[in-house]
Amino acid sequence: MAVLVIAEHDNSNLKSSTLNTITAAKKLSDDIHLFILGRNIGELANKSKDIHFLSKVIKCDNEKLKNFLPELSAPLISNLAENYSHILAPASTFGKNLLPRVSALLDITQISDVIDIVSNDTFVRPIYAGNAISQVQTNQKINLLTIRPTSFEKSEDSGGDAPIEEIPFVDTDLKTIFINREVSKSDRPELGNARIVVSGGRGLENSDNFKLLYELADKLNAAVGASRAAVDSGYIGNEYQVGQTGKMVAPELYIAVGISGAIQHLAGMKESKVIVAINKDLEAPIFNVADYGLSSDLFQAIPEIIKELDLLNQIES
Amino acid sequence: MKVLVAVKRVVDYKVQIRVKSDNSGVETQNVKMSVNPPDENAIEEAVKLKEQGLASETIAVSIGDEKSQDVLRTSMAMGIDKSILVKTQNTLEPLAVAKTLMKLIEKEKPDLVLMGKQAIDDDSNQTGQILSALLKWPQGCFISNLKIEGKKVSISREIDEGIENLETSLPAVLTCDLRLNTPRFASLPNIMKAKKKPLDIIDIDSLGVDTTPRIKTLKVIEPPKRKAGVMVSDVKELVKKLKYEAKVI
Ligand SMILES: Cc1cc2nc3c(=O)[nH]c(=O)nc-3n(C[C@H](O)[C@H](O)[C@H](O)COP(=O)(O)OP(=O)(O)OC[C@H]3O[C@@H](n4cnc5c(N)ncnc54)[C@H](O)[C@@H]3O)c2cc1C
Ligand SMILES: Nc1ncnc2c1ncn2[C@@H]1O[C@H](COP(=O)(O)O)[C@@H](O)[C@H]1O
Repeated sequence: MAVLVIAEHDNSNLKSSTLNTITAAKKLSDDIHLFILGRNIGELANKSKDIHFLSKVIKCDNEKLKNFLPELSAPLISNLAENYSHILAPASTFGKNLLPRVSALLDITQISDVIDIVSNDTFVRPIYAGNAISQVQTNQKINLLTIRPTSFEKSEDSGGDAPIEEIPFVDTDLKTIFINREVSKSDRPELGNARIVVSGGRGLENSDNFKLLYELADKLNAAVGASRAAVDSGYIGNEYQVGQTGKMVAPELYIAVGISGAIQHLAGMKESKVIVAINKDLEAPIFNVADYGLSSDLFQAIPEIIKELDLLNQIES
Repeated sequence: MKVLVAVKRVVDYKVQIRVKSDNSGVETQNVKMSVNPPDENAIEEAVKLKEQGLASETIAVSIGDEKSQDVLRTSMAMGIDKSILVKTQNTLEPLAVAKTLMKLIEKEKPDLVLMGKQAIDDDSNQTGQILSALLKWPQGCFISNLKIEGKKVSISREIDEGIENLETSLPAVLTCDLRLNTPRFASLPNIMKAKKKPLDIIDIDSLGVDTTPRIKTLKVIEPPKRKAGVMVSDVKELVKKLKYEAKVI
């Protein structure tokens, strides 16, 4: 049977989490449909049909879908559900906000944050902030899964040629009015799928000092991340938080600066390939997961690292 | 306005989790248990609404075994007026929790339901969304700011891109992020007072909800351990290792 993937996008481009979710879908079926709900998504649908391995793109295009309110999208998804063995969405705030509503409408228990697919009915997911890994099985007639993007590669976004089908919008009575989104603009790579992430914690002491971290990030073409303590203290916005209640990241290189390494933080970054910890406290638990630890004052270490990187660049050019 | 808060009893966030040797689950015997952290924010917000004169009554509900009475006592020590324990020996899936809450909501008729955004044991992040869909009430998830004026509800919710601001109306279901407020500590006099506040215990069977599990846990294992790394002596060595050993820069 076919598998339905719910696209995460901004009405003009797919988020990379959608491509990760398609890769997860490939483990379940050769017949994968992508469902795009939004406004003025004609061009987006046209681009999406090129994605390798898709056999259909379904779109629902309506002014009211512009802001992705889950009350409106969920019924449109559940109306299609009976044609599918599995419905997948990324385990991002988008997917987390939406898919449980589909679960309610279909009376099916959703499996959250899947990191591995063992078979069509058996899935692996972390519990207790990743301190335990649970393998679960279900025999429901439709499987609802949110997929942790960092656990699956991105699928190719070219090489395919899927037909596009449009379905009509069906309205739902809704009292919620969308006001706005406060989105910070940055030229740095996106935190969720950057090759290098430089994260700062309470050790940075204030938002001004975070500039030091931005400078390092820019030298490395890295994304910036933060601990909850740094966000709570107002050094940086919530969209940068890494951890159990923030974003999951798994870059090739994660540099934790002035972060102690609480389990809730580790939950979001311990799948990184190489971890560097810079902390002046030798006892900090972050060193237990670090491949390279530097016990030093960050205000000394970071400018030095920037200098070393400049030197390296000079040698290379 | 009547406010209902859902409170789950979970392994305390500071406890080092141990997987049972038979791989059937996580050890919860003889470990410290607490109110699920974001549920404390939900409690705090409800108590604040009462203090501001916006809420007339606040009720905490927990679904679990007898021991869950302790998180309800804590809720009442923080200022919640009364509480209900729905007693069950089973661990319920989010869908079943939402259905159970719905039964109580039909009875208690609150105007606002506040819950945590996620339980830190199962990390499901589903129950509030499901409940909102079942009740056909507006949903506001992962909120870090709340303002209520009459029936109008203004919220800021934390999303991957930043903050989203929505306006909706009561009745509504809202799930709280840790940044919504700073939960108060229960003072000793308030802990004493909470002992006298009403705590109803009802059996889940009396509600007639289907709570049959849909998902079977085959096994629970420990996560793979990272192999031990090295300490470097200075920045030069660090940069060299990253460049020539790990080859990541
Ligand atoms: C339910 C729940 C969910 C949570 N979710 C998350 C989450 O998603 N993400 C998250 O990060 N946290 C989360 N937390 C919080 C977590 O428990 C920790 O409190 C938090 O991660 C600590 O942040 P920190 O390491 O920046 O601060 P601290 O623990 O205060 O550590 C600061 C570190 O900086 C070092 N330092 C200070 N000055 C310097 C200097 N000059 N040079 C070098 N080092 C220095 C110190 O030695 C210390 O190790 C959660 C907590 C709860 C209860
Ligand atoms: N057994 C329970 N009793 C009371 N509230 C619960 C229970 N399980 C979940 N909740 C509520 O639902 C929220 C989200 O839980 P979850 O969907 O399991 O991550 C929690 O923060 C609680 O507010």
